[in-house]
Amino acid sequence: MISNLLMIMMTVVLVNNYVLAQFLGICPFLGVSKKLDSAIGMGVAVTFVMVLAAAATWPIQTFLLDRFNVGYLQTVVFILVIASLVQVVEMFLKKYVPSLYNALGVYLPLITTNCAVLGVTILNIDNGYNFIESLFNAFGAGIGFLLAMILFAGVRQKMELADIPGPFQGVPSVLLAASILSLSFMGFSGVVDGIFM
Amino acid sequence: MNKLSILTKGIIKENPTLVLLLGTCPFLATSTSAINGLGMGVSTMAVLACSNIVISILRKTIPDNVRIPCYIVVIAGFVTVVQFLMQAYLPDLNSALGLYIPLIVVNCIILGRAEMFASKNGIIDSALDGIGMGLGFTLALFVMGTIREFLGSGTLFNIPITADLITPMSIFMLAPGGFFVFGMLIAAINYFSKGKAIKKKDFGCSGCALAGTCNKAEKEKGGCDE
Repeated sequence: MISNLLMIMMTVVLVNNYVLAQFLGICPFLGVSKKLDSAIGMGVAVTFVMVLAAAATWPIQTFLLDRFNVGYLQTVVFILVIASLVQVVEMFLKKYVPSLYNALGVYLPLITTNCAVLGVTILNIDNGYNFIESLFNAFGAGIGFLLAMILFAGVRQKMELADIPGPFQGVPSVLLAASILSLSFMGFSGVVDGIFM
Repeated sequence: MNKLSILTKGIIKENPTLVLLLGTCPFLATSTSAINGLGMGVSTMAVLACSNIVISILRKTIPDNVRIPCYIVVIAGFVTVVQFLMQAYLPDLNSALGLYIPLIVVNCIILGRAEMFASKNGIIDSALDGIGMGLGFTLALFVMGTIREFLGSGTLFNIPITADLITPMSIFMLAPGGFFVFGMLIAAINYFSKGKAIKKKDFGCSGCALAGTCNKAEKEKGGCDE
């Protein structure tokens, strides 16, 4: 049981990393990774919302949509749940946990249209995870996102100082760096199976 | 602005992916072959054109404060329609694209066009804008898909070209190849347009529906590049 949960989590952190292997959440990965502070803030906010979204959408799918045979409403319902959840969390934090709101507040509205959050909730259902597995999968996906953001922020800070040929300045060089980072994460395939099997 | 320029500006001059750098997630994920790229492009175009029309019709009815959730509901409705049509008529393509069909909902291009164009313009103009932007996205996906399929498996539209002569470099079908080919494409565009096409040289939030929030994030935290 425990090893199964850990395996789900480690797989999504290292092998099936959402950003570097499955191309989910590329926009914040490329847009907010210029400074280490903002990369960490965004990563933590995404992890937080992912776990909450997984906790909210799994019961809705199981007890409402599946029960009344309206599974086709999944896309509409999930995106609305995530959007309203983000709004509620923002208001709650602003009122009761201002310190956390100051750290994460500005990133929360941006997360509504982050495909990684909607992606993790749909993948939980598609993979047939139970409630606990869904939570671990969502947490792992968030940690994987945070890890990719931190690593990439480090790479980009070094790249600021590099002398890059004209046409490659800006976006192309960032994408090529992401390619190399993604290549290095491919080395993890098979590692997780080896540890837990 | 005449009708023809509304239609054509999205294809080359303001290509949503290659020039405005929007919708990078589905662009990288579904461009593993020319067929997949075309399928994703056409489904996105259908959603974009339909949602632009409906949002343009409702633009005076939707209250300003809750416009983003309203747009998302309209878009999600059309995505569900597309999902059903693909399950029924194109099951192979549906399973190849998988998760990325429902994720059309959160494609920045669609929400961006709703916010920047359809909410301010008439029905016919919005429809043309949606079709033009959709064509630009499809074109970009098709070019990228063709390159990745040719290098990655030595085929074009599943017909072997060099597959039997040279061992294909399957890395181009995987994630690193996606980032690499995208980077090279943008570098090529920068080179041939001498830096005119992509003025900002960075990932822009200008086309994104959440640009206002993003600017706030930047002021407070250095959140976004713009």
